[in-house]
Amino acid sequence: MSLLTSLARLRALDEGIAQPVATVRHCHLSERPMVFIPLKLSGEAAAPLAAMLGTDRDAPRLLVVTQPRNRDLRFAWAAELAGVLLPYVESFLNDTETVERRNADPYERALDAPQLIVPNLAGVAFTRLLGRSTRFRRPDGPYPVPDVVPLLGRWLTYFGERAAYPGSSLMTAATEELGRHWASGQSGLEDANLAALTAWITTGPSDEAEDPLVWPPAGPATDPGFDAEVLAPAIESEKPERITEALRTQLEPTWRLMWQAIDLLAALPEGPSVAQRWEHDRGSFSAMAVHIAEGAPPQPRRDGAITAAAKLARMERAQAAYDVQRAYDDPLVMAEYRLTGEAFAGEVAETVPDNTEGEGRSRKLRPLVVIKTDDPVRLPPGASLGTPQRRGQGAELVDAGQGLVTIKITKGMGRGKTPAPGAVPEVGERVCYTSLTDDFQGSPALPDAEATPWTHGGPPQEYVPDDEDAQEEWS
Amino acid sequence: MSGLKREGDPVHRLEALRGTTPQQPHDARAIAALAANPGCTRRALMDGAGIDKDAAARHLGFPAPFGQSPFAITRGNMFEALVKADGCAELLRMLRELLDLPVAEVAYHDVENVGAHLRHAHTRSLIDRAAAEGHDAGTLYDHPLLSLEIAGHTAYLEPDVVAFQLGGRFHIVEIKSFAVIDGQADPAAVAAAARQAAVYVLALRTLLEELGHDPLKVSHDVVLVCPENFANRPAATLVDVRKQLAVLRRQLTRMTTLDRLLEALPDGLNFDLLPGEDGRPTRPVAELADALRRTTARYAPDCLSACDLCFFCRDEARQEGASDLLGRQVRDELGGVASVAEALGLADGTRDPAEGQEEIARLLRNAERLRRECLT
Repeated sequence: MSLLTSLARLRALDEGIAQPVATVRHCHLSERPMVFIPLKLSGEAAAPLAAMLGTDRDAPRLLVVTQPRNRDLRFAWAAELAGVLLPYVESFLNDTETVERRNADPYERALDAPQLIVPNLAGVAFTRLLGRSTRFRRPDGPYPVPDVVPLLGRWLTYFGERAAYPGSSLMTAATEELGRHWASGQSGLEDANLAALTAWITTGPSDEAEDPLVWPPAGPATDPGFDAEVLAPAIESEKPERITEALRTQLEPTWRLMWQAIDLLAALPEGPSVAQRWEHDRGSFSAMAVHIAEGAPPQPRRDGAITAAAKLARMERAQAAYDVQRAYDDPLVMAEYRLTGEAFAGEVAETVPDNTEGEGRSRKLRPLVVIKTDDPVRLPPGASLGTPQRRGQGAELVDAGQGLVTIKITKGMGRGKTPAPGAVPEVGERVCYTSLTDDFQGSPALPDAEATPWTHGGPPQEYVPDDEDAQEEWS
Repeated sequence: MSGLKREGDPVHRLEALRGTTPQQPHDARAIAALAANPGCTRRALMDGAGIDKDAAARHLGFPAPFGQSPFAITRGNMFEALVKADGCAELLRMLRELLDLPVAEVAYHDVENVGAHLRHAHTRSLIDRAAAEGHDAGTLYDHPLLSLEIAGHTAYLEPDVVAFQLGGRFHIVEIKSFAVIDGQADPAAVAAAARQAAVYVLALRTLLEELGHDPLKVSHDVVLVCPENFANRPAATLVDVRKQLAVLRRQLTRMTTLDRLLEALPDGLNFDLLPGEDGRPTRPVAELADALRRTTARYAPDCLSACDLCFFCRDEARQEGASDLLGRQVRDELGGVASVAEALGLADGTRDPAEGQEEIARLLRNAERLRRECLT
């Protein structure tokens, strides 16, 4: 969190309403998102109790394990869940585009991709556990499960992992996305409560948000009071309808909140870089679909050393790109960098468009721009700069002091003797320059998995599905 | 650890603070929680005096947001029963594997058999004998009862199991029902278990020292037994609790310096709940609230998961407009500007910075300027 966000939180507390910390939406929002609210049985690692899900706000599906300790019912529930989620996921696989690549074969990329929205980060973690507990099962052998169950497990695992990937919107948590766009007047810890955060954004803080009788927890954990007074007697009675109705009361309020959260996000204009990140998501989704279609084994319990290092490097690069793109898309995010002196904005005071450097053949066009700014600039001469106003352009800081910054444009102003029209800002134009640039970073050189050094455990064993995995208890 | 004992004035003062309220015994979880917010005077005093904070919070109209689901309790009990079945047979199997010990047979003592009132004395003599004789055979002590002096009071503690003669040392065994999945568990749950186990290690070490044995015969590696993956099958892991031990020792030593906090209290102040015949507090709520407000709390959002009084203190922080409400990160960022109004005044330029606030005031003014520029 930056001082700018802290100030927004203070202001929110003072005014009794959340304050914006973004001017555009930084996540993709599907036209047909799958809202997914899972509940689990308290005290168990990953025993599902119920889920409310669907793409239509007026027609949620409620799936309930009416006897949560019964293993067969649990797998039947997983099969039902697969019956809703898999057709949704697969509906995106038919419409594709061909993407040409340098030094590689072209591939097919889905034109649109699924989007799972859960209430909070605990919901993401539970989705991963559901994936973990179902993906190794088998439809044949001594403990057969419905054949869609292991497939569901692989997709849930994929979505759960993708949720940790910076900038990805394939699976998002409502509280996280709201928190990226609004600062409430409470702590980050309390922001994990969807009802409380939504109240801060819409009507102002409400004590009711913390009352489980008014707003049941958004899961996956249920309210202990509900467990003791309603759910336990309902399970005792062995009446499926009674259990189902009890759980419906716990899920419906959250269902409404989820769509309210989606509406709040949808009301923000989409940031210019969102489509680019969604394109990556579509590519990743298509690759996963190919992976499954080719009969690859389920994701391993733990990644090997090389896979893990490569994944981490990819995520670090994604995080860096995400940070830069958000700043370029959103002046309010850029303001954080202006506050720390890594960026500055102001009005163009003077330009020398036809300034050149060097003589003869090495003579180069280097237009000069002088900018008047109130920002505290903490960049050294020679620092390379980029600008959200002209994204392809590169510049270099020449001199800064007394509210005036001189820069020279080094890239993206045309190849002629004079700059291309519009390449050099006009006097009076408002511009912003920053040392933050989304330069391509190469991937680290990692050995092949077979060449994993002994320091990292040697080459990983190839995963061979065995009966033990398929029969693992789920109690 | 004899330094923990305190006689004389402070004890009487604490008793006076408690008044007619029965003393709430400390359990390991409560002792471990003391380390969570060491700077909070209100909590230190209430815990020192042994006042039931949960009852106080309820009476004040701010019941704590904690509760445990009956499903979780059942599951926890079932799991513990499974691990301890047949004289801890399952536990022994795991200990053999984990510590790589050639323990063929072990004795099993269920200390609970002697009856509740004798358990502590019995535990004491069993541990004394074991430490003195150093016999080869392994022994598992089930339901032992240890004690620890907390600010002049004896707190009785019940570790799940104490295992002896595993590598010549005592090991605390802690049975928890949260799952370890593919070698990973919820970090918060593991941290809480480690803090709790550290309390037992400290209590057992204190006991050995009192008996004239080497306290280091108690290993700082505790055995954590949890269900593995999604099954009920237990798996054991060694957890090093040296760090938690150090924190705990520092905290407990600090609690013995309660006299300093007590001296600063106004005369006649007490936290008596005045329990009626049915044990329910009868003290006027406003009066109790006022008494509590005369001690300084150090509210942080983390309290919401650790302290029974959290909602009361949060409400107080709201009324004071304290920036603590927003979390430690915001508080740190504001560098010593404690109130919301003060911080906003500095940002708006309607308030002049006090000495030492010039830098944060400049940053806040700049942040305010940038926010305005971007939002209009």
